[in-house]
Amino acid sequence: MFDFLDLQRYDLFGAFWVTAQLAVFSAIGSLILGTILAGMRVSPVPLMRVFGTGYVNIVRNTPLTVIILFTSLGLFQTLGIAMGGDTFTETNFRLAVLGLTAYTAAFVCEALRSGINTVPVGQAEAARALGLSFTQVLRLVVLPQAFRSVVAPLANVLIALTKNTTVAAAIGVAEAALLMKTMIENEAQVFLIGGIFALGFILLTLPTGLLLGWVSKRVAVKR
Amino acid sequence: MTTMSDVPLTKDVEGDAAPLAEDLVVLDGVNKHFGALHVLQDINLTIKRGEVVVVIGPSGSGKSTLCRAINRLETIDGGTITIDDEPLPAEGRGLARLRADVGMVFQSFNLFAHKTVLQNVMLGPIKVRKQEKAKVEERARQLLDRVGVGNQADKYPAQLSGGQQQRVAIARALAMEPKVMLFDEPTSALDPEMINEVLEAMKQLAREGMTMVVVTHEMGFARSAANRVVFMADGRIVEEAEPQQFFDNPKSDRAKDFLSKILHH
Repeated sequence: MFDFLDLQRYDLFGAFWVTAQLAVFSAIGSLILGTILAGMRVSPVPLMRVFGTGYVNIVRNTPLTVIILFTSLGLFQTLGIAMGGDTFTETNFRLAVLGLTAYTAAFVCEALRSGINTVPVGQAEAARALGLSFTQVLRLVVLPQAFRSVVAPLANVLIALTKNTTVAAAIGVAEAALLMKTMIENEAQVFLIGGIFALGFILLTLPTGLLLGWVSKRVAVKR
Repeated sequence: MTTMSDVPLTKDVEGDAAPLAEDLVVLDGVNKHFGALHVLQDINLTIKRGEVVVVIGPSGSGKSTLCRAINRLETIDGGTITIDDEPLPAEGRGLARLRADVGMVFQSFNLFAHKTVLQNVMLGPIKVRKQEKAKVEERARQLLDRVGVGNQADKYPAQLSGGQQQRVAIARALAMEPKVMLFDEPTSALDPEMINEVLEAMKQLAREGMTMVVVTHEMGFARSAANRVVFMADGRIVEEAEPQQFFDNPKSDRAKDFLSKILHH
């Protein structure tokens, strides 16, 4: 029954390894960029707020496929930005990480901003009254508490990101969804193949959700 | 301990380092609006080094706003505020540096919920003053002992009673070695049996010569610890006097009315 699953011919583990790498690199990138954007959105400088708000509203409302295709067609093929990749494979992978990071950061930013709103204003005032600068107040008092209160929503964002990596197939990154397409074209067992890939994604995302759910309870700030 | 015996001690302590009657905080023609509401109207107030000034008045009279304006947690629309001859900077590094010299204690304590009591007290000196960690910790523990919560150092704020939290907040402000301490209704959020422990810590501070601006409804504290009482109503300073004189013989009708409502029950 599983004759079609020729691991010599179809590099199933290699494809999921690429998926996992896409997810991890994009997760790191989007957590950093999302945090910076959230900082901008609560900044006292109007220009920063405008930029943060504009970024979130534009990127959040643009389909991911459009963003990923743009990184390849726009950034690479038109503007010649290869992200330091020597081969097409490398370049496409990096472009996909860039696109996923840019897209996911908007959602990280909004999750984090809702966390910032849970930190009592008085604590930020007390921090300012001690003589801490805006970035110190954010870094030392507000964000540590904001992060703790949004671990669960961030888990949602990261699970969505893991599944969104399949869009990278649109620019030829050899991740799981691209392999699935190839296998479905070549083999007859459509449902089995679909089932195997669905299972693969569940194996990636379920532990993420469980782990972060546990972390969320551990780090909750007592009030 | 009476006010009379407090004053000489205060001034002797400060007298060696600074001239006797030096003006530390000066508000000159300060105005502020919240929309159509004129919350601070032409406020002129001078606080001398080592002086304890208690601001009282009915709710909505602008006393909290006045207190918060002194370290610019509230901006003002007109007039000037100077601290130690330095005008209050509008924003940025200058403002942060000035705030480091002005301690503030809030009605709702505002301790950092994710840090222990000790970390709360150490944060300012380490991150703002860039002092050495070991020395800061030693001083922080001393301060916590002084306000009577030394044995709570490793707990989180939520594990403490309101009175303990407020005393930690006082220690946190003192760790910055401020020139002046602002108290914005420090006992208003406390259960009655915890008010005294906070007031006691404040009285001790007053005895040691700290310059203090205290917004409060605690008339007993005003009577026993203040050098001067400032009575505010409707955004104006209506009356300024020594506590004895103010409470026993208020001049303005507004103050008489206010005192008759709160003192005769």
